Amino acid sequence: MKRTRQTVAVLSTVALAGALAACGSSDSQSGEAGGSTELKITTNAIAGGKNAAQAEWIEEWVIPNFEKMKADAGAPVKVIFEAQGVDDEDYKTKLALDLQSGGGADIIGIDGIWTGEFAEAQYIKPLEEVAADSANWDGWQQIPEAVQQALSFEGKVYGVPQGADGRVLYYNKDLFKEAGLPEDWQPKSWDDVLDAGRALKALDGVTPIQLNAGTAMGEATTMQGALPMLAGTGELIWEDGQWMGDTSGLRDVLNLYKTIYVDEGLGDPILQQEAAGRDNSFQMFADKQIGILLEGDYFWRSVINPEEGVGTAPMADRDTEVGYTLIPAMKSGEGVFGQDYVSMSGGAGRVLNPNSKNPDLAWELLAFMNSPEAIEAQAAGTLTISARDDVNKKLLSSDPMLTWVSENVLPITAYRPGLAEYPQVSTALQQATLDVVTGGDVESAASTYLSTLEGVVGADSVRSS
Amino acid sequence: MTQLSTTAPGKRQPRRGRRAEDVAGLGKARASLFVAPSLILIGMFLIFPAIWTVYLGMTDYRLTGTQAVSPQFVGFDNYTHALGDSSFWHSLRITVIFVFLSGVVGQSLLGFALAWSIRNLKGLWKAIVEGLALAAWVIPSSVVAFLWIALLDRRGGTLNTLLHTDGKAWLIDNPLMWIVIFNIWVGTAFSMQLFSSALSAVPPSQLESAKMAGANGWQQLRDVVLPNIKGHILTNTLLITLWTFNTFTPYLLTAGGPGSSTEILSVYIYKTAIPGGQLGLGAAISLIMLLINLVVALFYLRVAKGKKGS
Repeated sequence: MKRTRQTVAVLSTVALAGALAACGSSDSQSGEAGGSTELKITTNAIAGGKNAAQAEWIEEWVIPNFEKMKADAGAPVKVIFEAQGVDDEDYKTKLALDLQSGGGADIIGIDGIWTGEFAEAQYIKPLEEVAADSANWDGWQQIPEAVQQALSFEGKVYGVPQGADGRVLYYNKDLFKEAGLPEDWQPKSWDDVLDAGRALKALDGVTPIQLNAGTAMGEATTMQGALPMLAGTGELIWEDGQWMGDTSGLRDVLNLYKTIYVDEGLGDPILQQEAAGRDNSFQMFADKQIGILLEGDYFWRSVINPEEGVGTAPMADRDTEVGYTLIPAMKSGEGVFGQDYVSMSGGAGRVLNPNSKNPDLAWELLAFMNSPEAIEAQAAGTLTISARDDVNKKLLSSDPMLTWVSENVLPITAYRPGLAEYPQVSTALQQATLDVVTGGDVESAASTYLSTLEGVVGADSVRSS
Repeated sequence: MTQLSTTAPGKRQPRRGRRAEDVAGLGKARASLFVAPSLILIGMFLIFPAIWTVYLGMTDYRLTGTQAVSPQFVGFDNYTHALGDSSFWHSLRITVIFVFLSGVVGQSLLGFALAWSIRNLKGLWKAIVEGLALAAWVIPSSVVAFLWIALLDRRGGTLNTLLHTDGKAWLIDNPLMWIVIFNIWVGTAFSMQLFSSALSAVPPSQLESAKMAGANGWQQLRDVVLPNIKGHILTNTLLITLWTFNTFTPYLLTAGGPGSSTEILSVYIYKTAIPGGQLGLGAAISLIMLLINLVVALFYLRVAKGKKGS
């Protein structure tokens, strides 16, 4: 008796592993819009947390106004916002699982860089195929070709982009003053940045430089660390059909990480490995514990925005205390395209779910969200560089920071390749920075990166120098 | 877990020889009818996923990209890849250390020590000790993870405040040690409860005789108690080994990091399959994990059988 019962216990415990293994095979219908007049929006934004301004705009402006408009027209619609406030990697995973199982919201906010792999997996389809009306939308004329590229793959548009962004160096002017550095700081080379870091190091309780590294920060390491630095060496991660392997540019970047985090202690290597390292770095910057930080304009308009309920690490004196400046190339004139300064841009946007039961209605809502009125209403909360020229012309001049980004950063910026392999390459790059930051040597980090890269894209598609 | 209460050695009546046939008098047809629902459930939720996992493990199925639509059959590539990958062996090594220290040694010993020390306590004190240990076991793991993150946080965490070691990143400096301690804390209650009931089943007459013969505490434990609860020790170790081997909770504390220093197998599979998108490879490693589980279980059963024979 005992033995059979024991066997049952063993088998049922073993079954746990089986259940875990079955993760990939679920066919359940989750999150599917139920009734014929129900629409769902999801995006990585949540009131009181991540991208709070966008969440509030959707909940307090988009939904009531769209519902009213439809009700007035005699075809009432119920719109539901499924808020998320998690790391981008987790959000992406959730979306992929939703879409794979045939579920998901009708309108989905995505990072433009996911377009390729989602399209190849047929999780998303070209807009025209999902909703034919979208081809005739008058808004397209207002969205520049380059911005539309963010949500395009192999020449087809998959979604409506939300806007443009750029990466810059932020610095704390109070700390600069204390360290005897100029408040109007304009570094011209990596050495200038390192020199400023050395001066800041003299201050008590201050981590001079935060240049994202490691795998815990995910894509933030690539976009706000490795790639802009690589651009500063004159190289792009992908060029002329070839991925960049173990090049001199990569070595320069990894050496820079080594200088900052290992050799001179100008950065905090532990922070790079913390599970919530990026959020902690934001808080430390807001608390005057970090001197220089590389981030996108998102940091300015969302994270440290002092307006009530907007930022996750608000700085009351942001406008006077925080300075921003262009990211210098390694040496003047040696940046990508021969530039003195470099940046990287991404772009988020919204796509229609091909599984939507009401694709035409969903498109109507998506177009509504991208109407000039809607974008202006969102700008009343926090201004962003929108995708629409007409709205930007009207509003951007009211914000000096965003005007500066659109005039000085966007013209020199570079983009990630919208290829399905990119996310895996990005992870390999993050691992290389982690290897160096935790004390490994540059040589072996670079060769590990190279072999991982060759495993992902094939040795033929890799260029090394 | 209900079977545990029935395994007390005193109540066991080993049945020798031929099994009684059709005790309930249902007949084969009606008996099958009664069994059918559970068999269907087992088929749907256990057998089918297991077979499906075997199939997935032989494809290059991915969460995104072209392989998500049309996965290719790759035979045993995933298995050779996993077994030739140093990160798999790294993960397995960590898992073995984790299971041995936190499960087999930590939870069992601490659970037994607790059960032993409260065996003569009555009323309030016993309730308090049991209540505290059980609390760790019943609080939802997401809440537990939150409490531990607050305890170990680098900036203003409770432990740093108590020890005046502000800025010490416990989870970065000694990650494996902390998930071991964490898991001992979470799971000890189970061993404690199991051993408590086992100890109460030790015949008092034997203990009394031992005492009268002049046996001290250690001698009583060694010569009277342990022989009586051998079966329980085995069951407990088996369950704890399998549970600890399959647990995912440490992920909530460290997310497998820093780097891959706390990537126990379940976390390694998750990271490979879901955020990493390599569902085929993940399925292959899952199957390897399943086989390891079976080997462990069979090993214990073997020992149990041997014990019975002696």
